[in-house]
Amino acid sequence: MNITLRVWRQKGRDDEGRMVTYKLTDVSPDMSFLEMLDVLNEKLTLENEDPVAFDHDCREGICGACGVVIDGEAHGPEVTTTCQLHMRSFKDGDTITVEPWRAKAFPVVKDLVVDRSAFDRIVQAGGYISAPTGTAPDAHANPVPKTDADRAFDAATCIGCGACVAACPNASSMLFTAAKVTHLGMLPQGQPERASRVVSMINQQDEEDFGGCTNIGECAAVCPVGIPLDTISQLNRDLLGSLSKGVG
Amino acid sequence: MANSTLTKKRSTAYGSTVALKAAMAVTGAILVLYLIAHMYGNLKVFSGQEAFDSYAQGLRELGYPLLPENGFLWVFRLVLLASVLIHIYSAVVLWVRARRARPMSQRYQVTKRVHRTYASYTMRWGGVLIALFVIFHILHLTVNVISPGGASDSPYERLVNGFQPEYWYVTLFYVASVIAVGFHLRHGIWSGLATLGANRANRQPRMNALAMGIAIIVTVGFLLPPLAVTFGLVESV
Repeated sequence: MNITLRVWRQKGRDDEGRMVTYKLTDVSPDMSFLEMLDVLNEKLTLENEDPVAFDHDCREGICGACGVVIDGEAHGPEVTTTCQLHMRSFKDGDTITVEPWRAKAFPVVKDLVVDRSAFDRIVQAGGYISAPTGTAPDAHANPVPKTDADRAFDAATCIGCGACVAACPNASSMLFTAAKVTHLGMLPQGQPERASRVVSMINQQDEEDFGGCTNIGECAAVCPVGIPLDTISQLNRDLLGSLSKGVG
Repeated sequence: MANSTLTKKRSTAYGSTVALKAAMAVTGAILVLYLIAHMYGNLKVFSGQEAFDSYAQGLRELGYPLLPENGFLWVFRLVLLASVLIHIYSAVVLWVRARRARPMSQRYQVTKRVHRTYASYTMRWGGVLIALFVIFHILHLTVNVISPGGASDSPYERLVNGFQPEYWYVTLFYVASVIAVGFHLRHGIWSGLATLGANRANRQPRMNALAMGIAIIVTVGFLLPPLAVTFGLVESV
């Protein structure tokens, strides 16, 4: 395959940045998108140019490190992580535009790499339980309904890649925060801090300059692990409950 | 850079984005219920001038003599005004926040719609159009300062005078605004329910159907009276 890439290049945080066009020949349709970028970087290195910086780690779709906006879609045309996207999803002769996640809360570090530590701070604000729970209890000791356990698990699959923020027209991180709130809120360990958790996390989210949720659903549509949109409603219920109880 | 100390500008969540959205949802619900009542009143025009005018007069006398004349009406108007102001205030704050969250300098070069409805695109500018229309609408049919076709004490005549074919631009503005209201309700009702915590995966089809149903009923219900006048189905007696 021959493809034309338009890639966002930005030397550092304070650089203005611009789109640069590269032509790539002999791309195998079996390559992953990141392998294709590796090929581009090899070529750039041989030409004594600066390779394109992009985040990646496991390349198995489980770590959440990679993620770029491809032709206007977070993680590209398939619902998966960028590392699990393959060049067979594109056609020979395609022009592919590659941009970093765009949000004030995710400043570009270099090229396609953004700083997502805003997510860490949201979790730091309340995405944990502080009770020491010791070793794993007997399975029968504290029964959790299967549906609750499943929902908690579904929410816990969030890998924090940031695609929800990238896809949201308001650059809101509601789906991320909602996944954490739902994950802990469905389980017994999460109950003691349930009311204060959501308040702290939402305040941190607002302070990081993420936008507000307008229930459009782009986040859940691009989420590589399928965090359900209704977790946001669960967060809203928890927050309104906290407010009506006078917690925060 | 990773910042390990959490700054706390706010310890309560009453001013959070979620609380603002909840305020929008509650005030929006009040306005939707009002729209449905307003639409019902409008449709009285098909029962003739007397029915329409006495309905309008009835609103003024509602609760009388328990309340002073126009008493109910003014309480109602104050509730509506407060709802509109809270709704607009929250919308503006959230709009500014959203723009700050992704400033112009960080816009995508290529964007693609994956899931969102057309209606969701129209919320902000559609809302501005609706606000402008409401001002015009009150000046036209309530206060009657703007009176295409002649002022009148009869609400029925104001309506019939105002939407005559020669004032096609009045009708056009009305039609465009009502369609904007329809789109606003299509996304707004869905979004309001989700904001108040009603969204569950298995309820989504019903929530969307409800939003679409009310949007269509309100749009058609509001379009019928002025168009009936323009096309001569409702005439001055």
